[in-house]
Amino acid sequence: MKQQIIISGVGGQGVLFVTRLLAEAAIIKGFSVFTSETHGMAQRGGTVLSHLKVGNFSSPLIRPANADGLLALKPGGLNQHGFYLKPDAWAAVNRREGVVQDSKSPVFAVDADGLAQHIHQPKSVNLILLGFTVGVVSKMVENRLFCSQEDIKAVLEKRLAGKNKMLGDAITALETGFKGFERLDLG
Amino acid sequence: MIKRRLMLGNEAIALGLMENGCTMATSYPGTPASEILASFAALQKEESMPRHVQWAVNEKIAFEIAYAGSMSGLRTAVSMKQVGLNVASDSLMSAAYLGVTGGFVVISADDPGPHSSQTEQDSRLMAMMAKIPVLDPDSPLQAKEMVATAFELSETFEIPVMLRPTTRVCHARQDIQPGNIQWHPREIDFQKDPARWAATPKFRFHLHQALEKKLDAIAGYPKTAPVRLNAGANASKAVIVSGVAAGHAKEIMKDLNLWDRIPMYQILQPFPLHKDFASHMIDTYDEILVVEETTGIIEMQLADRHRIKGKLTRSVPRVGELLPETIQNIISEFAGMDPVEIDGPSDPGVRPTLCAGCPHRAAFFAIKKAAPKGIYPSDIGCYTLGLNLGAVDTVLCMGAAVSQAAGFYHAFKHEKKPPDIVATIGDSTFFHAGVPALIDAVVQKVSFVLVILDNRTTAMTGNQPTPAVGMGAGGGLLDSVEIEALVKGCGVKFCRVEDPYNLNEFISLLKDAVKYSRENGPAVVISRHPCLIDRLRKEKPAHRPVKVEVSDECDGCGFCVNHFECPALVLDEEAEQVNIDPILCNGCGVCIGVCPKNSIKKKGNDHSESTK
Repeated sequence: MKQQIIISGVGGQGVLFVTRLLAEAAIIKGFSVFTSETHGMAQRGGTVLSHLKVGNFSSPLIRPANADGLLALKPGGLNQHGFYLKPDAWAAVNRREGVVQDSKSPVFAVDADGLAQHIHQPKSVNLILLGFTVGVVSKMVENRLFCSQEDIKAVLEKRLAGKNKMLGDAITALETGFKGFERLDLG
Repeated sequence: MIKRRLMLGNEAIALGLMENGCTMATSYPGTPASEILASFAALQKEESMPRHVQWAVNEKIAFEIAYAGSMSGLRTAVSMKQVGLNVASDSLMSAAYLGVTGGFVVISADDPGPHSSQTEQDSRLMAMMAKIPVLDPDSPLQAKEMVATAFELSETFEIPVMLRPTTRVCHARQDIQPGNIQWHPREIDFQKDPARWAATPKFRFHLHQALEKKLDAIAGYPKTAPVRLNAGANASKAVIVSGVAAGHAKEIMKDLNLWDRIPMYQILQPFPLHKDFASHMIDTYDEILVVEETTGIIEMQLADRHRIKGKLTRSVPRVGELLPETIQNIISEFAGMDPVEIDGPSDPGVRPTLCAGCPHRAAFFAIKKAAPKGIYPSDIGCYTLGLNLGAVDTVLCMGAAVSQAAGFYHAFKHEKKPPDIVATIGDSTFFHAGVPALIDAVVQKVSFVLVILDNRTTAMTGNQPTPAVGMGAGGGLLDSVEIEALVKGCGVKFCRVEDPYNLNEFISLLKDAVKYSRENGPAVVISRHPCLIDRLRKEKPAHRPVKVEVSDECDGCGFCVNHFECPALVLDEEAEQVNIDPILCNGCGVCIGVCPKNSIKKKGNDHSESTK
């Protein structure tokens, strides 16, 4: 098992949190994991980028044209960080327009900002996109994601143990994203 | 069995310190090193061993505190970012001569890129200058293991040892199996020895001789010797790698099918380079490629210039981070393969900005109003982002805002109409290096206004407490030093405090300060409002969020977006209207006073609007 995933967004959106959830899910599945994060000044609203490598790797960074997938918390993330993707890689993007399908390199879009407002959790865009990604990639992409929605839930339950309100909200956001995928017209 | 845990490089280093009996850890925050001490403090809370952990006022002080612990026989460590080591360099150079008793590890985190620093300087070069050994980890796991090696090395040769991680080690996460936290109670014993600990120049000469002998022996120390990575490979060429570049290169050599062909060596201790290794390389290979960050330290210790390819031959870039894609092409070329075209980002991305509702933004807006044609020296912190607002003209290094303001004053003072000078410095930076400069400005009667941006925390690096907060690294209560008292103690006679959220009052106070400074010398305005994202802050905010709205009178002139740059103010160019982003808006209400057309209003205040 080897998967390399890029997660992009801007400071404050929770890119690091999504990266951590995926990395801890990898550990639960028994895989080795390596991530690289953006800290410091860029976290003040600037572009933030995480590299996630699941399996046996010795470098924390993904080379251009080597990533299997991309999670973009901002619509511009696909253009900006698309160069990391392999020719047949998938991308999941937070943007208003619906799904754009290309048989070789599928791009899945969800209005995570809108859904976050809808569930009255404006800061949960990251978890909504994560739920959506886990759903859509597992269903639509041949080389599935290394973890499932249940794995992410297990990580959340561990991380937010004793904080019932936060855990409940997080699960709601994750499921909202997951359902967002189910409602897509993938025809 | 203890389970594998996902660990940040800096956490792994902290765990390494704990597991190896480090009993004193000190630091001043700075990216990418900040989480080392924070993690050490968090780990210390989990056990009951008597260890000392503290944020110091600056890196020099942090160094000297930890060093005295080592002189007393304890295992101690000091951590900082690379430019912090500049501040502590005076102590470092001397401590190298005097040596240590308990193991003493100096952790200096470099930032090739640079991602979050003023320079790309290589701390290994500082180790070389100080004549102490330095270890160069490739990953969080190796960084943790190297802490153990560093303590052993330090105690074996009675010498400070540097651990030099880079951003990609500090801010990588890896699954790591924690070991047992060791507790070796050591007898605290400070052996008085003035010829050593208070050596005069004559004795320093002898200490210097002894230091050179130590270095010779360390260049043969087996535990830090270079490692041959691929025993099977055989060629007339070889690759030498170090630090995170080694991590990248291992993957690349495998992907390019070179792993079984070209011999590869990893350096653990770039200085002093093992002598037998250097001879072996020169005797064995015709061509040697050296890949390391950021300066060619290993390269310059390999004597035969004709065989070495690296920074000196410009085969490896001298500037910037060695990204894996760059290394791939360097190795490809070295192996006689075609390099691949590298795609980069097609879009520059979003530049960082002060948070919505950040009190610094209000202060900067007021400074531009009070001294519109002024010179604005500034400093290191979140408020460097005042650049975006045109309210920051200079950023040099910690504390320089104050002394540069003085320099500008002296440069312009003979002019007919010298410019007003308004300098900005954060509270933590003021404590760190601003105080001596302010004393100098008072003595020299420097006409300038110093705005101390007091948000009650060290914000940029993750909200570490300042001396004014009076809180320990682990959250315990300590004594505090008030900024007003300190400013007055420096001899400043004009010192006022105001909340920049009260924009009009703040502007008029600044105008008073500017006027005062022209005639009388330094004036200090303390801009006090707590950081909005300070997680340590216990007291409830005094400010009540103001709901703001933009009325139809807004014509989309863009003044607020250009001169106030709040991320919650979004200009819709087509509709010629500014909108408030409800997710981002923190309700500071300052923008109400910013709009020149009074189109930004308190929600519900305007009856003609609400009855529509």
